[in-house]
Amino acid sequence: MSKDQSQVRQKDMIARHFDRLAAAPDTGDKTAYTFVPGNLTELLLSFDLLPVLPEINSLQSAMRGKTAEYIALAEKFGHSEDVCTYVKSDIGMMKSGNIGPTGQRLPDPDVLLLSYTGCFTFLKWFELLREEYHCPVAMLHVPYQPDGRVTPSMRDYVVKQLRDEVIPTLERVSGRAYDEDRLKAHLALAAQAEDDLVWVLQSAKHRPSPIDAYFGAVYYVGPIFSAFRGTQAAVEYYRALRSEIDERIREGKGPVTPDGEMGQERFRVVVEGPPNWTSFRQFWKMFSDEGAVAVASTYTKVGGMYDLGFRHDPSRPLETLAEYCLGCYTNLGLPTRINLLAQYIKEYEADGFLINSVKSCNSFSAGQLHIMREVERISGRPGGFIESDLVDPRYFSAANIKNRLESYFQMLEQKRMGGAA
Amino acid sequence: MTRAPDLPALFDRADGLYRDYKLGAVRAWKARTGGLAIGYMPIYIPCELLHAQGVLPVGLMGARDDLEIIKGDAYYQSYICHIPRSTIELGLNGNIDCLDGLIFPAICDVIRNLSGIWQTLFPDKLVRYLDVPQNFSPDIGGRFYRHELETLCAEMAGRGARPYDPEALSASIALYNRLRRLVRDLYALRQEAPWKVPTSELYIMLRATLVLPVEEAIDLLEEYHACVEAADDRQPLDQARVLLTGSFCEQPPIGLIRTLERSGCYIVDDDFVQVHRWIKSDIPVEGDPLNNLVQAFLSDAIASSTRYIDQGVKGAELLDRVRISGAEGVLFCAPSFCDPALLDQPMMVRAVETTKTPWTAFKYSENTGQFQVIREQAGTFADSIKLWSEA
Ligand code: SF4
Ligand code: SF4
Repeated sequence: MSKDQSQVRQKDMIARHFDRLAAAPDTGDKTAYTFVPGNLTELLLSFDLLPVLPEINSLQSAMRGKTAEYIALAEKFGHSEDVCTYVKSDIGMMKSGNIGPTGQRLPDPDVLLLSYTGCFTFLKWFELLREEYHCPVAMLHVPYQPDGRVTPSMRDYVVKQLRDEVIPTLERVSGRAYDEDRLKAHLALAAQAEDDLVWVLQSAKHRPSPIDAYFGAVYYVGPIFSAFRGTQAAVEYYRALRSEIDERIREGKGPVTPDGEMGQERFRVVVEGPPNWTSFRQFWKMFSDEGAVAVASTYTKVGGMYDLGFRHDPSRPLETLAEYCLGCYTNLGLPTRINLLAQYIKEYEADGFLINSVKSCNSFSAGQLHIMREVERISGRPGGFIESDLVDPRYFSAANIKNRLESYFQMLEQKRMGGAA
Repeated sequence: MTRAPDLPALFDRADGLYRDYKLGAVRAWKARTGGLAIGYMPIYIPCELLHAQGVLPVGLMGARDDLEIIKGDAYYQSYICHIPRSTIELGLNGNIDCLDGLIFPAICDVIRNLSGIWQTLFPDKLVRYLDVPQNFSPDIGGRFYRHELETLCAEMAGRGARPYDPEALSASIALYNRLRRLVRDLYALRQEAPWKVPTSELYIMLRATLVLPVEEAIDLLEEYHACVEAADDRQPLDQARVLLTGSFCEQPPIGLIRTLERSGCYIVDDDFVQVHRWIKSDIPVEGDPLNNLVQAFLSDAIASSTRYIDQGVKGAELLDRVRISGAEGVLFCAPSFCDPALLDQPMMVRAVETTKTPWTAFKYSENTGQFQVIREQAGTFADSIKLWSEA
């Protein structure tokens, strides 16, 4: 298998999905707009509903250089400069004709599946979209895990909502009866893909790491965070990816970066927070030019904490969906996040950790300065702090970020030399 | 006619309570009773539950413009609202160390994450993130919420509070019903005669109630009501009647409220200190009191920006409030970087525009010190309303 085959496969999966979406008004396929954290893709697939993920549209709009215009448009319509730019980018895109990442028009939603996990903005986002699309909303409120554990009350609450409200709404919208066997089949496929994804993410424990577990891994988590978890295509994608990474380990290779093979691995870092998407490649290059590789990241856990052992379990279909939603990264209390970061630093033998704090996202950012101090205290490793935004190019100051990163890596180098002396 | 003689003294007392960062009244109550005092962040918790177990609920709403923030700024980036940093400042300064715990209701990601910071900073205190349902069906959201409340009761008892007792809770509900009624009456009186109940005064009274036992809060508001009813020297001015919305969590400095009044606005409805107005009518005292609290939350709570509006039309309640209060304009007045208020605002504006009600918007921070721009904006707004109503 050639090393790029997984990428080709992913591109093909995405293209086919967007073709189906574009054709939906003619084919009669129905669509559900929904969010990445706490997504219920298997359930949607069991109703033959096509998922559309506005967060992913926003980040892809940013990579295509469209978000400055979309955000400006949303602000012109009265959306505050202070709020999440994913929302404004999405609204701007909608007001500009709802042209998706492949250049095709996205269909209007038949239902908004508001699975509200780890972030209050989701709730407002779909209240805003509901006003535009006038379609039904299936609301799933997922309680927060303040104490780092899922209680029976939380699980029962989510399961009851699924059974008594979400499923009946999806039945009405799709015109199909709930088919638990179908759901179970999708969940079984999800678990297979999750096994391989975890293997890939944990491959970063090797030296040199064969992957970049932040910049590179956002591509790896793409299928499982979006429309493809629970599909055979995702299972095949992750199998292919795993075998490619396996080959890189055997050959002693580091990650592939936007400039090709990365040179010597000089620094191993853990990264907290989402990436900046408007200057994604430039941002990545600031790391790879310094020989810095991300060996673990929290952003790649927003769509599920599979590396801590969670797998979708087809024998308990609704309970497993509930536990999945409850366990996504931003649904975890700060003490749990702090311990997780410290654990990553230890397990992945990182030299330090970096926080990319994005202006948009209180779910991630409120508390990150505290997280930094606590993780430094627990792990004994130095933390670095940079600030940008997800999709608003006005908040990516390349010179400033580059300076900070260079100083940080210099400091790691000095510490290392001091330690060796 | 002269003004009722005890109003200045009453106001001074309330103002002293509002200004006392060190919570002297709470310390005195604890020394007197030996009870637990537990704080809560905005917007709402069922205070009855605490009261019924002998616990003093203490409402915290950040600081004002006169608290120098040194430590708190080390916890928050510039693009996060101000209330969490002033709360941290108060916590780390020891100002609120008389509190045996702090409850963080689920209203936004900032308050939510602050609960996690609090857990690590104050490990010996009770720190409870109170998740509230966004599903309003009694069998689903109601059951979940009841469990949350039962957990809170058990945690308070574990810290030395009296155990949960339904009879005590019914009695507490009755007391809080009285308090809620008093607040509703004051709001109604202000709508009727805003010159008698200036918002800058009412606001201080409400803030004072947050640190008092409910029995004393009732006395304070009853006395205040009697004073303003009797204040015949307060005569109407030619001011524009406005509804102010968006200030439900971080509060504006009192100077900002006064500035709006001086710029020609009578604030006839607002979102300040909503804890006593969150539940819109009396909570039944017969039957299972815990169930009554839960049911009131599910079906009789205000349409806050922090709630998912599953039924009805977004903004409908705001329009009702405009109509009932006789407001001639709406001031969207939210804290900078406040997600729930600012994400809601475009929907609220759209609703207001359907009735052709004039509106304007500005943002503040609890430590805003300059009001010149807001004075001009509010003054122009008030003038335009008056001109329009005369036309
Ligand atoms: S606030 Fe953060 S988690 Fe929420 S929608 Fe925006 S980027 Fe996503
Ligand atoms: S001011 Fe707004 S964003 Fe800040 S804590 Fe309060 S509700 Fe949350």
